[in-house]
Amino acid sequence: MDIFIQQVINGLVLGSIYALVALGYTMVYGIMGLINFAHGEVVMIGAMVALTVISMLSDSGLPGIVIALIGLGAALPVCMGTGFAIERIAYRPLRRAPKLAPLITAIGVSIVLQNLAMLIWGRNYHAFPPILPTSEHEIFGATITGLQIAIIVIAALMMAGLILLVQRTKLGRAMRATAENPPIAQLMGVDINRVISLTFVIGSALAAVAGLMVSANYSIAHYYMGFILGLKAFTAAVLGGIGNIAGAMLGGILLGLIESLGAGYIGDLTGGFLGSHYQDVFAFFVLICVLVFRPSGLVGEKVAERA
Amino acid sequence: MPFSRVTRMSLAVAAALALAACGDKKEEPAAQAAAPATPAAQPEVTVKLGHIAPLTGPQAHLGKDNENGARLAVDELNAKGLEIGGAKVKFELLAEDDQADPKQGTIVAQKLVDAKVNGVIGHLNSGTTLPASKIYADAGIPQISGSATNPKYTQQGFATAFRVMANDVQQGHALGEFAAQAIKAKTVAIIDDRTAYGQGLADEFEKAVLANGGKVLAREFTNDKATDFAAILTKIKSKKPEVVFYGGMDSQGGPMVKQLKSLGLKSVFLTGDGGCTPELIKLAGAAAEGQYCSLPGVPLEKMAGGKEFGDKFTAKYGQIQLYAPYVYDSVMVMADAMKRANSVEPAKYLPEIGKTEYQGVTSKIVFDGNGDLKNGAISLYQVKDGKWEYLQTIGGDAAADAAAPAGDKK
Repeated sequence: MDIFIQQVINGLVLGSIYALVALGYTMVYGIMGLINFAHGEVVMIGAMVALTVISMLSDSGLPGIVIALIGLGAALPVCMGTGFAIERIAYRPLRRAPKLAPLITAIGVSIVLQNLAMLIWGRNYHAFPPILPTSEHEIFGATITGLQIAIIVIAALMMAGLILLVQRTKLGRAMRATAENPPIAQLMGVDINRVISLTFVIGSALAAVAGLMVSANYSIAHYYMGFILGLKAFTAAVLGGIGNIAGAMLGGILLGLIESLGAGYIGDLTGGFLGSHYQDVFAFFVLICVLVFRPSGLVGEKVAERA
Repeated sequence: MPFSRVTRMSLAVAAALALAACGDKKEEPAAQAAAPATPAAQPEVTVKLGHIAPLTGPQAHLGKDNENGARLAVDELNAKGLEIGGAKVKFELLAEDDQADPKQGTIVAQKLVDAKVNGVIGHLNSGTTLPASKIYADAGIPQISGSATNPKYTQQGFATAFRVMANDVQQGHALGEFAAQAIKAKTVAIIDDRTAYGQGLADEFEKAVLANGGKVLAREFTNDKATDFAAILTKIKSKKPEVVFYGGMDSQGGPMVKQLKSLGLKSVFLTGDGGCTPELIKLAGAAAEGQYCSLPGVPLEKMAGGKEFGDKFTAKYGQIQLYAPYVYDSVMVMADAMKRANSVEPAKYLPEIGKTEYQGVTSKIVFDGNGDLKNGAISLYQVKDGKWEYLQTIGGDAAADAAAPAGDKK
């Protein structure tokens, strides 16, 4: 039983990490209908900047949590600036182009950022200094670290915050208006360029938080880390219903649970015929099933096609 | 062009011998006069050696290290000024990048074959060495790898494939023996990364554990890009093995050790050469303490010419990463075979490689029928105070002289 609970906790932690990244994807998609494939790379840049600053301060004698916050404080503006620049350079000139064009520039930006990071931080794996306390808690015989609890809580808080932002604030209303119909929103006095820039900046700020949490949890950072993470988070966003903020969270958690329970039990359930190397196959099989029966995702709504 | 010179020269020699055998005494002086005339007109022969390793990507530092090992050997050979077949020989290194990618490996291999290299040193990874070895075998070009450890490489029946490092069968055996006898473990769990190297080593380890009367409680899998191992480690935890073995590289091994500790597993961690690096300790942090790894060969301090090689290499290229001494020996073995065959032509000196008895930096190099190193040694290390510390050597000639103080690896 405790093993089952441990697997559920593993899945929740992994799922919350996917959700943290998926929120950024889904927000940009919800407003612009664009899949920002460079989002995973922004997460990586957040992790790398935070790691660099934290490594420099790790011997300063400050409490770990303060150093982590300073690292985050450095990563936030860098990621926000990167997100802003990506939108200005790669997406805005193509806003009226066919939908395929910004998708291609998104992949291009992702490759450029990866190589840029490789030039700056090198090809080696970087270790995250152990500054955060690794307190372990027991729940029904299963262990969870304080950091992992923080990841789950932060993912939930960010989701709630984003929903509030979109539903309850003036900026949120402008975002929803832009999402519905940009030219009409502009006629109604919404500065859509500003709204879209802000969307990217907020999404990138989420990426900075995600980057710090991911590299702290696995104590590893690498120029290539954003690619796989972005792919999994994108899957989570689609699973939940891309464009829907609560859906990203749900999709992330679900994907995490499927992977964790799949790897943990698929071997025993099939009598050793399938092993843990089928963990990804299992996750993508579920995704295909969802897309066949609910093409808009689990909680996604069918939205009217717009130009 | 250099080839045609060599060919012409050896044709002249062959003609001279043939005529001598015929006993035609009138022709003989003419032929003898012609033979020395050729090297006099063209006193130098260039021998092209191909070297392949990943020079970009996550293993670039290891690839460059291999290349430097080969370069050092080539520079020394040129400084010495060898004479083979009556001509002065100049070695030239053609260094190529295979990105540790099997597809790129075959493209580069074909490129070297087209460039008519006299021999090939490499590749670094088993995954690239395996597909490329067929291309060299078809072209009849001898290949010596200093670091590809997958047993299949030399078992394909290619006369051209050699390696100067113990293979994964030997390493797997040593690891299994070590787990059973030194750690005294009866139960193990095995994880691998599904690459040619990781899977191969894990399979050999499993065989050795079973042969030593141990039990394999779980066999789990991951991939060479993963960072989260909580699910498979939790499953392993439920089986309570004494040892968790990982066949794969340090970039996964490091986080795996860390997660193993934080999930509260009581098992000790054991891995092969891919995880036997300072990088693993860096990534695992405090959790690395007390874990084990193995590495083919003996520590540099214990190698016959280790100290001298280390000084020469460090002065020129900086710190040795991993495989440089083995690559250096690979070049020397090839040159030695050319010397004994008195020819730089692949077809002529290839049989001589099999008869090699060469005292290299790393060990005395003698090949078995497959082209594998005879008596390859495997050394085991354990993390103590944040450093890999040498424990013992299994197999090999150097196992006897364990008198030298246990030093820091690399």
